[in-house]
Amino acid sequence: MKDQQVIEQTVVELAAGGERPSAAEAGGVAALQLAEMTVSYGEKPAIFSVDARIPARSMAAIIGPNGAGKSTLLKAALGIVPRLSGKVTVFGEPFQQARHRIAYVPQRASVDWDFPTRVIDVVLMGLYRELGLLRLVRRRHREMALACLDRVGMADFAERQIGQLSGGQQQRVFLARALAQGADLYLLDEPFAGVDAATEKAIIAVLKSLKEAQKTVLCVHHDLATVIDYFDHVLLVNVRKIAEGPAATTFTADNLQATYGGRLASAHIDQLKLPA
Amino acid sequence: MTMLDTLLTALMLQAGYNAALVALGAGLLGIAAGAGGTFLFLRKRALVSDAVAHATLPGVGIAFIVMVLLGGDGRSLPGLLLGSAISAAIGLLLVEWIARRTRLAEDAAIGAVLSVFFGIGIVLLTVIQTMSRGKQAGLESFLLGSTAGMLYQDAVVIAIGGGLALLAVLLLRRPMTLVAFDPEYAAARGLEVRLVDLAMMGLVLGVTVIGLKIVGLILIVAMLIIPAVTARFWTDRTEHVVLVAGALGGVSGYLGAALSASAPGIPTGPIIVLVAFGLFFLSLLLAPKRGVLAALLRHRRFQLRVHRRQGLLALAHGEPVLDPLTIRVLRRDGMIRGDMVPTDAGRARAAKALRDERRWEIARQIHQDEAIHGRYDGLTPIENVLTRDEIADIDRRIGGPVVAGGAA
Amino acid sequence: MMGSAFVQLSLTPILIGVLSAIACALPGNFLILRRQALIGDAISHVVLPGIVVAFLITGATASMAMLLGAAGAAVVAVLLIEAIKRLGRIEPGAAMGVTFTSMFAGGVLLLEQSDTSTVHLDVEHALMGNLESLIWFRARGWESLFDPVALAHLPPELPRIAVVALLMVLLMVVFWRPLKLSTFDEGFAGTVGVPTGLMGFALVVAAAVAAVAAFDAVGSIIVIAMFICPPAAARLMTNRLEIQILWSVVFATLSAVLGYVLAGYGPLWFGADHAVSAAGMIAAVSGAILALASVAAPHRTRLGAPKDAG
Repeated sequence: MKDQQVIEQTVVELAAGGERPSAAEAGGVAALQLAEMTVSYGEKPAIFSVDARIPARSMAAIIGPNGAGKSTLLKAALGIVPRLSGKVTVFGEPFQQARHRIAYVPQRASVDWDFPTRVIDVVLMGLYRELGLLRLVRRRHREMALACLDRVGMADFAERQIGQLSGGQQQRVFLARALAQGADLYLLDEPFAGVDAATEKAIIAVLKSLKEAQKTVLCVHHDLATVIDYFDHVLLVNVRKIAEGPAATTFTADNLQATYGGRLASAHIDQLKLPA
Repeated sequence: MTMLDTLLTALMLQAGYNAALVALGAGLLGIAAGAGGTFLFLRKRALVSDAVAHATLPGVGIAFIVMVLLGGDGRSLPGLLLGSAISAAIGLLLVEWIARRTRLAEDAAIGAVLSVFFGIGIVLLTVIQTMSRGKQAGLESFLLGSTAGMLYQDAVVIAIGGGLALLAVLLLRRPMTLVAFDPEYAAARGLEVRLVDLAMMGLVLGVTVIGLKIVGLILIVAMLIIPAVTARFWTDRTEHVVLVAGALGGVSGYLGAALSASAPGIPTGPIIVLVAFGLFFLSLLLAPKRGVLAALLRHRRFQLRVHRRQGLLALAHGEPVLDPLTIRVLRRDGMIRGDMVPTDAGRARAAKALRDERRWEIARQIHQDEAIHGRYDGLTPIENVLTRDEIADIDRRIGGPVVAGGAA
Repeated sequence: MMGSAFVQLSLTPILIGVLSAIACALPGNFLILRRQALIGDAISHVVLPGIVVAFLITGATASMAMLLGAAGAAVVAVLLIEAIKRLGRIEPGAAMGVTFTSMFAGGVLLLEQSDTSTVHLDVEHALMGNLESLIWFRARGWESLFDPVALAHLPPELPRIAVVALLMVLLMVVFWRPLKLSTFDEGFAGTVGVPTGLMGFALVVAAAVAAVAAFDAVGSIIVIAMFICPPAAARLMTNRLEIQILWSVVFATLSAVLGYVLAGYGPLWFGADHAVSAAGMIAAVSGAILALASVAAPHRTRLGAPKDAG
């Protein structure tokens, strides 16, 4: 296990090409660490006492049945829904101080796509920290936004009204906005939900390129069939944390059964692609 | 003292024939409004009634002008009410049309119809002022309601109207309850949801029109909304909400009208609304389950429970307790000492918590049902979910309680 | 019509009407996009109790006290609505309905019970406005615009609404980005550091200030038309927020000017000898514009699917 880590780290350092991550990060500081986080709507916990440790530079997934609190977990980590208890640390710093290193991709359905604005304007929202209240949008900002759109294959749609987009295109625009933030940790809420196959391919390509660029990606994910192909770290939750760790050792039939209970027939598990 | 006397007189329906009729009418109307408003509230369309109410004004003005042009006096209450009903219906249709046919949402449609109709009404009132120079048309009383100096036949119209509205509620309560509670189920049962909605809106329209003279068009919406909201604090069951709202509305209407009759300077509408609001406010604070005090207490207790449980589990696993509130709770309960070392009691409780967790783990392996997995939220005692012999079976698998802190 | 009588009798009311309409339409754009159009309804109803309480406390009709009283009432109303919504888990529309009717009723009652009959404060005026009375007595013609003495006697409502309208423009320019961002995507806005709760609250307070300043001119209910109709019509004209704002200003101006002119001169064309309520006519014109936009505007129907309830 130790050796494995050393090897991984060497590979990482080689890939980074001189631009080495800080010593603290290289030493295994988690990109996102949750400690004893509990969230409750009313009298029933949606998330109970979850500890999690998403390693830096991983492609991680939060997995669990519907209503298991996956999205709630993400939103509570971001402070969008209030926590009853718990602490959030990002790259070893308290959440508030590390906020600028996080990019968030909400669920597509969480906004009204009839809002009067264009694709490029939505991507420019990702530059809010840089632009602030009054700084003008300059050419380099536009070019950067266009480059982000290009990465998700939407450069030709920059001037489109957002209401004219398909579901998959909407998801790509949200991803482009997150790219514009230039963050180190990307939190995505169901990025593949209800998108077409082409979009799914395009999104996963972008996410993989992020990982290659030493970024950390954490997705709320619902499609068990693709977990092993897409992710290297998984967090199985159903109100409680059931299991967490490298996908290869954690995404097992036993853990899935424990997470999904009777909802996942064993026949279904048999068909899943599980780690060898 | 005299104030109290006159109030008592009015409450006992002895403040004159008119006042008695008005109080009775207001009471009946209050019941109908409270019960009818409940359906509106449960359909989440409470403020549609505000558009309906404000949209009555142009109708009142046009009815007056038409009646004068026809050679009448213009102040005949039935005529004015008919006019108001027609324009309110047009306003209602416009709200629905805008919300359905354009990209604007219902709230914008309500606001637009409400204010534009009111504006047109105000224009008509100024037209009427110039028509009937010197002679007061008295239409302004429709804004805030006034029962002072009401004619006998007007009081009769209101009492009958209130009774009819109540009758309509009684007749329509079953289909409306069904639709309000679960429109899809109602549709599946063969109910015409649109028709029932239409009837509900018709009822709202009727209540509004009858209430114009008593409460006025600005405040009539309060009679439809406040009792329903108040009732919601006391019960979760739709049928009961309807009953409670009706009772609250009746009390507000009757009491308010009586109060106003005993102090003629006070306009009727605001008093009725304030009585209703008083009942609402008391309920907001004091209702046993949904009231603010109860909710605050419950939330605090719940939060402490979560922290206590998390703290005990941390002790059981020999992990440090970091959360300041958790530490406070554990200290207060005597689970840990000042230096964070668990006390004997703390170790015992932690062991018990750990045993619970183990039980749950085993239970989740044995029972693959959703009903059990769904309750695995850290707080539900396993005794609530499994029978005693089932638990005993689990205990046999895990052995006796484990002492916490690693010193087993 | 364009002579000295116009300057004396019509210029100031028209200016006040236009500025009121613009001051309300600007925040109204965002209220509509946030599905909070009826907050405008609630705010405008509680202006009356706010003014009455301010009068009872200070004993004077000083405009600053009134402004503060009404803004205070709006804040109280917003807090009360939030409290009812959260504590009682009541849907927003019903929470608003409870709050503004009760506060309005309280205001009317206080007004009827106190000795305010001597001052210029009565319910009907509060409801219907009194745009026609805001004339410029000292004006002798267009040249008065350069006469310091005459300018000193402008109706005080004019500089007040001018300041408020300017304030609305400034606030909108300065806070454009966070306002747009938190209106479109509140969750995301929070993660990039926009104080979304504060933004929403500030928007409502700004709307309240606009409502109070416009209240003298057009009354508390027609203010709602100014909040809603021009922005709603503008929404149907374009799919870009920047352009929507411009359209709303155009429609607001058009409603105020046309409404005032129709109210003042329209009846004369029909042979009547009395003007009708200008405030009411402004609301009617704004409604007519919205009606036209609803049947003929280029972007009448929705593009995206409606937002999920959850």
